[in-house]
Amino acid sequence: MTIPASRKLWLGFAVAMLWLYVLLWPLLGIKPEGLEFAASTAIWAKVAVVSAILLALWQLKGRGVFDFASRPAQALSQALGKATGRVATWIWLVLVFAGAVVFPLVTERYAHDVAISVLVYICLGLGLNVVVGMAGLLDLGYIAFYGVGAYTYALLSVHFGLSFWLCLPIAGAFSACAGCIIGYPTLRMRGDYLAIVTLGFGEIVRIVLNNWMSLTHGPNGILGIKPPGAYWWQDGHIEHIWLGSLEQFYYVILGLAVCTIVAVHRLNHSRIGRAFEAVREDQTAAELMGVNTLGIKLLAYSLGAIFGGLAGAFFAARMRFVSPESFTFIESAMVLAMVVLGGMGSIPGVILGALALIALPEIFRGFELYRMFVFGGVMAMMMLFRPKGLWPAKRMGVRSEERD
Amino acid sequence: MRGPTLEPILELKNVSAAYGRIKAIKGISLTVYPGEVVSIIGANGAGKSTTLMAISGVLPITGGEISYDGVRIDGTAADLLPARGLCQVPEGRRIFPRLTVEENLDMGAFFRKDKAGILHDLNRVFQLFPILQERRRQQGGTLSGGEQQMLAMGRALMSRPRLLLLDEPSLGLAPLIVQQIFRIIREINETDGVTVVLVEQNANLALQASTRGYVLETGNVIMEDEAGALLANPDIRKAYLGE
Repeated sequence: MTIPASRKLWLGFAVAMLWLYVLLWPLLGIKPEGLEFAASTAIWAKVAVVSAILLALWQLKGRGVFDFASRPAQALSQALGKATGRVATWIWLVLVFAGAVVFPLVTERYAHDVAISVLVYICLGLGLNVVVGMAGLLDLGYIAFYGVGAYTYALLSVHFGLSFWLCLPIAGAFSACAGCIIGYPTLRMRGDYLAIVTLGFGEIVRIVLNNWMSLTHGPNGILGIKPPGAYWWQDGHIEHIWLGSLEQFYYVILGLAVCTIVAVHRLNHSRIGRAFEAVREDQTAAELMGVNTLGIKLLAYSLGAIFGGLAGAFFAARMRFVSPESFTFIESAMVLAMVVLGGMGSIPGVILGALALIALPEIFRGFELYRMFVFGGVMAMMMLFRPKGLWPAKRMGVRSEERD
Repeated sequence: MRGPTLEPILELKNVSAAYGRIKAIKGISLTVYPGEVVSIIGANGAGKSTTLMAISGVLPITGGEISYDGVRIDGTAADLLPARGLCQVPEGRRIFPRLTVEENLDMGAFFRKDKAGILHDLNRVFQLFPILQERRRQQGGTLSGGEQQMLAMGRALMSRPRLLLLDEPSLGLAPLIVQQIFRIIREINETDGVTVVLVEQNANLALQASTRGYVLETGNVIMEDEAGALLANPDIRKAYLGE
């Protein structure tokens, strides 16, 4: 590293610290009693010292001071990578699946609850991944379809007593219809405009749910939704039971998530999936190749909506209560964050993203106040160090360089 | 090549088109007969690419008629035309950069269901452009400019076109590659019987490869003739061939 480069780095550090002080002091130091400097300066000084030390360490690493330690570590991680690479993918899949099946047997109620949330968000994330990752349509109102699915099952269950399993495909179909209705006018737009319009439609759906008192009971929500039923071996004969325990819910959503993963995987490798990607890459070129671009985008949008609707129906059955509060913009933003954090277009990436954004905050409950702060920080770090996500999408098909 | 009994494969009658309020072409008429290579030459902004985009249906026309195979196609959705044998290689190649070469080619056959035919055409494309076979698992975006042009042409050929519209195939390519591209244009015309409409700024090269040519200036056809005659025309030589 040359000297001017390092000087530039420290200059940048100084500017950043100055900026931090200008940000920090007004927030902590301006009080109704008057101005105060001590507290904010103390915090600022701590941050400055710690980051200066980190920066110095990083610079020393750049000069090769720590090579004695990092070389063997690197060699070790490479060897590990090779060893894991040798194990076939399907063995990993079986291991992960077996782990997911055994999970509720070895954990507590609370862990089941978190795991159910994670699996619901995996379904949502994979659905949105079809829209955002594959077809490249930035959808900020995705949670609307989750809401449509949830209310579909809630209303059918309360008013007509229909079973969950029958309502699951109906909820999917209703969400797909909603996707077509919302998508038909909006998908003609591109880029930023599409994002804004989908954001608007997402809010419209929530507001309709909130104000259509006669049908949805508005903000009071709908109570008394039946859980899924099942036929189970009990007392020597097969009997109809209502699934009630979290463990049973866990297996239902696990099944739903596995179906979603398989469906999205198949889609990824199909010609339709490729057409999604072609439209994302260059819409005009795709049109010149005979792709009906509006039709393909509608298809991507409503396919994504179906997955959202299925997850929504499960959500209604699990909570046995729905209200518009569950379908706010922040939920859309969370699902989108999972897709971006995990890696757009990548199935394992989305799963990791959902784990990271749902399970980690549960583990670090003690720091709940700082959650949004950490979110922002992590996102900024990701954009710097892993801009393509935790587990970036491998383009489908085996590439020559991967074969070697 | 042009027989008197042949029906034109493509006919534009007084076609005009505009981008918003800016009229890009103002009443262009041109005729293309089966088996021909017709070039459209002209300066920047003369309306060459606009003409192709209008034929492909990407840009709606504001007046006139476009017939393909004796049937009017103006107003037909752009995505229906490749299945009828009309395909365009757009300006700037516009391949799908993150799809592999093979997937790009397969997108060209998107509307086709005949697996055997697709495989046959894939082999033909690899025969015309061996480099694409070598690079078939590479992402399109990692190819060089010349290879991307070949990929764009291969992709269009995968739709088994009868009429191929080529927009500036020589743009930004090294002279050696340009020669190779033009050799292949002639080959697909002669061997595969594909009729070609060629838009080029490199008028000399285009006319040498063509049977006939149209000269466009500010949205109008100002001249139409056999390619040889245009090459010999002193005005054309002065204006477009740099003499």
